[in-house]
Amino acid sequence: MTRFQMTCLQQLEAEAIHILREVAATARNPVMLYSVGKDSSVILHLAKKAFHPGPVPFPLMHVDTGYKFPEMYAFREEVAKDPLLRVIVEGNEPWIAQGCHPVSHGVDRCCSLLKTAALLEALEKHGFDVAIGGARREEEKSRAKERIFSLRDRHGQWDPKNQRPELWDLYNTGIKEGESLRVFPLSNWTELDVWQYIRQESIPVVPIYFAQVRKVVRRGNILIPVGLGVVAEGEVEELRCRFRSLGCMPCTGAVASDATTLDGILEEVAVARKSERENRVIDLTGDASMEQKKREGYF
Amino acid sequence: METQEKSILRVVTSGSVDDGKSTLIGRMLYETRSIFEDQLEAVKRTSERRGQQEVDLALLLDGLSAEREQGITIDVAYRYFETPTRKYILADCPGHVQYTRNMVTGASSADCAILLIDARNGILTQSRRHAFLVSLLRVPRMVVVINKMDQVGFSREVFERLVAEYRAFVERLDLPDITFIPVSALRGDNVVMRSAAMPWYGGPSLLQHLEALPTTHTRNLVDFRFPVQSVLRPNQDFRGYAGRIASGAIRPGEPVLVLPSRVESRIKEVLLAEKSLEEGIAGQSVVLTLEDNVDVSRGDMLVRPHNLPLQTKRFEAVLSWMGEAPLETGCAYLLRHGTRNVKAVVTRVYHAIDVDTLRRTPAETLDLNGIGKVEVELASPLACDPFKANRATGSFILVDAMTHCTAAAGLILGTAGTLESLEPAALPEASPNTVWSPWNIPRGARERQAGHPGQVLWFTGLSGSGKSTLARALERRLFERGQRTMLLDGDQVRHGLCRDLGFSPEDRSENIRRVGEVARLFFEAGHIVLCTFISPYAEDRDTVRGLIPQGRFHEVHVDASVETCTRRDPNGLYAKALRGEIPQFTGISAPYEQPGSPELRLETDNVTPEALLAQLEAYLRCCGLKI
Repeated sequence: MTRFQMTCLQQLEAEAIHILREVAATARNPVMLYSVGKDSSVILHLAKKAFHPGPVPFPLMHVDTGYKFPEMYAFREEVAKDPLLRVIVEGNEPWIAQGCHPVSHGVDRCCSLLKTAALLEALEKHGFDVAIGGARREEEKSRAKERIFSLRDRHGQWDPKNQRPELWDLYNTGIKEGESLRVFPLSNWTELDVWQYIRQESIPVVPIYFAQVRKVVRRGNILIPVGLGVVAEGEVEELRCRFRSLGCMPCTGAVASDATTLDGILEEVAVARKSERENRVIDLTGDASMEQKKREGYF
Repeated sequence: METQEKSILRVVTSGSVDDGKSTLIGRMLYETRSIFEDQLEAVKRTSERRGQQEVDLALLLDGLSAEREQGITIDVAYRYFETPTRKYILADCPGHVQYTRNMVTGASSADCAILLIDARNGILTQSRRHAFLVSLLRVPRMVVVINKMDQVGFSREVFERLVAEYRAFVERLDLPDITFIPVSALRGDNVVMRSAAMPWYGGPSLLQHLEALPTTHTRNLVDFRFPVQSVLRPNQDFRGYAGRIASGAIRPGEPVLVLPSRVESRIKEVLLAEKSLEEGIAGQSVVLTLEDNVDVSRGDMLVRPHNLPLQTKRFEAVLSWMGEAPLETGCAYLLRHGTRNVKAVVTRVYHAIDVDTLRRTPAETLDLNGIGKVEVELASPLACDPFKANRATGSFILVDAMTHCTAAAGLILGTAGTLESLEPAALPEASPNTVWSPWNIPRGARERQAGHPGQVLWFTGLSGSGKSTLARALERRLFERGQRTMLLDGDQVRHGLCRDLGFSPEDRSENIRRVGEVARLFFEAGHIVLCTFISPYAEDRDTVRGLIPQGRFHEVHVDASVETCTRRDPNGLYAKALRGEIPQFTGISAPYEQPGSPELRLETDNVTPEALLAQLEAYLRCCGLKI
C-alpha cells in the first residue's frame, strides 16, 4: 500500500461517515432505523465515529414486532444505556394486541402490518423526514438499483423507475413537503465487509450470531428452532447452528454452523455458497417479493 | 489475503443492446464464485420456466420486475465481487433507454470503464458514444472488450481490424489508457481465465487486467481541498470541522486558509474519531481542529494559502442534462458543489455536443440526455477547480428548484475571459444583507416573446468620433423593424444616474460601472442595448464585458484621430479643452486606451455615416440579428 491508498474497509468507512454527516447537516428531523442486527451494530458504530466526541445527533428507532429473539431485546437494552444515544421503540400496537402472527395471518400480511405499516406510522408520528437504514445493495436483487439517498413519495412508496441519478458523492437531499428520504450508508458493503469491520473495530453484536447447540426442525435447508414461537411439525434434532441474519423468531431460521467466534464466522462467510438471506422466509414468497415490499415502504 | 489490505476498484460497464454485457458480468460473478447457490437456483428456475436450455446468467442482473418482464435493463445496477486482492464495485449501465444519463452516472465514480463491442457487428454509433463519455468524465482507464469472438471463429484478423478502427476514432479523444481484449463471455474465454482458443492473443484476461490496474488515479493527490461538512461543537472545549478530504493531503501544523473568509490558521489535529492521524489524505472522512478560534461553517472550504482554487461567480461548464424538463436559461437552479448549495443560472448555451459524431451543434437549450457547453452564473462566489485538474472539486449537480429533481451533472471547464480574478481585492462584493435572486421572468422567455436575442453594443471612442450619430441611426433602424432597443448615452446619464460624478479616473470608472449594470438590466429584459460612452479605460470596458454573457457583448471601437475630432468638434468642447477650460478631457489632457481586440472597429475619419452604418448592419447580421 502506498501512502495514498486506502484499504477497502477504510474507503467504505469514509463513505459511510460522509453520508451520515450529510444527513445530519441537511435533514430537518432525521432518524436512524435500528433493527438490532449486525448491520445496525455497524451503522451505529459508524455514527458514533462520525460525530465523535459529540453525541449521535439523531435518535435510533426500533420498529418492534414483539417477535424478536430475547437476546435481541437484551442487546437493545444494553445499547440504550449509552449516554450518547437516544433509543425510541415503536410498533403496531393494535395489531400486536390482536395477536397478528405469520401463521394465523400469513407471512406477507404479518410483515405488512407489523413492519411496513408500523414503520410508516412511526415515521409520521414523529415527523421524521429522513430515515437511515442499514440495507446493502448486494443483499437482494431489487436493492442493486437502490440509491444511497432514495426518495419516498408522500405514501412512503418507492418508485424504482423514477429514481434520481446519483453522481460522484454529491447527494441530492432536497425533498418536497410530505416526501421523505431513506438513506443507506452501507449500500456498497458486502456481508464479508460487515463481519471484517466488526472484527477490526471490535463491535459488539447479538450473541445468537454465533453457533450454539439448539433443538431444531428441518424445513428444506432452513433449521427452525423449537420453542421460539413456531410450531414446526417434524422430527426434532439437536444441532450446532447459528443465525446468519436476524429477524422475527417465527420467520427466521438457523443454519448449521460451527462458528463460535468472529474468525469462525468470517471463514464461513468467505466460502459461503448461499446468500445471507437464505434463512429468511419473507424473501421466498415470490421472485419479486422484496421489491413489492420496498415499493410499499418496507426497508 | 484479508480485506483489510484489499483495495476497491470501481468499474463502469456499458454496451449496446444484445452485445452480451449481462452475460459477461454474470460470467465474472459466477467464475469468481460471487453467486450464491440459492440465487443461482432462482435463476435456473426462471430459465426453465421460460424454456431456455442453458442457465441465463444475465437473469442474475435484472433486479426489477419491470426489467424481467420486458427482458431489458432499465437503471444503473451495482454489483459486488471480490478476488483475493481486490473488491470490485461494478456500475452496470443499460445500453438504451436513458443511455447517456445512466452512463454519466455510472462513470462519475469509476476508476475504469469496460466497453463491450460485439465482434460481429463491429463499431456502432453507441461504441463511439461510450468512448466520448468516458473521456468527458475522465475515467482514467478504459478496456474495450471485443465480445462474441466465438461467433467470428476467434479470428485474429477481425479483432485487429476492430482495434485499428476503434483506435482511429478515439485518437480524437482525450483518453489516457486503453486496452483491447478479445472475449467470449458466453464460453468464458479470456474473461477470468486465459483462453486456449485464441493463441495469437498474448495479453491478459479481463480479470487479470483489472487486477493489475492502479486505483489512485481518479483522485487529485496534490491540491488540498477540504469542503467543510459540519461543525462539531459538543462542548466548550472542542470545536472541530467535519468533512471528507476532496483532494490532496494535510498534516498537523500546516497552515490553511478558510474560503471565502480568507482567514488563515494552522491545523492542530487531524482526527478520525478518537484517533489522531499523522496525515489526512484524499478520500478520508476526518475532523480537523485549528489552532485559532476562527469562524468556519458548512460550505466553507479549507485550502493551503499558496495553492488556491478558482473563486468565481461565473464559469463555463459542460452539462449533461438529466431532467425531464429541458434546461431553462435564465431560470434559477440550485447548484450543489462539495458541501455548498448555491443559486445558479445558466446564462448561455454555447453549443450542444452530438455524442455520436462529436460535432458541435447550435443550441438554445439542452434536453434530457443532451450534453452541451454552457455558462453558469452564481449568486455568490464558489471555490472550485476545473474538472480536468480535480474531479472532486470540478464537478457539480444542478437541482430543479421546484421539483428537487437532479436536473444535470456539471463539469467545470474554467473561467474564460469573463472571470473575476483570484485576488481578494478584485472580488466584487455584493452589498451586505442582500440576497441575489434570479429574474422573475427568464431572459430566454423574454427573448422568445421579442423574437430576437438581447445584445449589448458598446460604442467607445473619443468625443466627436461619431459614436452617438451612428448609434442613433442604428437604433432608429432597429426600432422601425419592431425590435426592442434602448440607447444609453454619456451625456444623458450624467444628468441623472451619474450626476454626482466628475471626470477623475475613479469617477469615470464608477460612471462606467453604473452604466454597465443598467445596460445589463435592459439586456436581461431582452433588449438590444446601445451604449455610447467614451469609456477611455480598457479595464472599465472589460468590467462591463464581464457582466454580459459571451457573444452578446459587442465592443465597437469608433475610431477617429484626435485631429479629425478636433476639426469636427460638434459641441465646441475640443476648443474649450485646448484653451484649458476643461480639465481631464480625453484625447487632450486625459488618456484614451485603445481597445486591443474589439468585436468591430469602424474608422470614421474619411467615411460617410451611411457607409459606416452599412458596415455595422453587416456585422450584426453575422451575429444573427435580422436587420
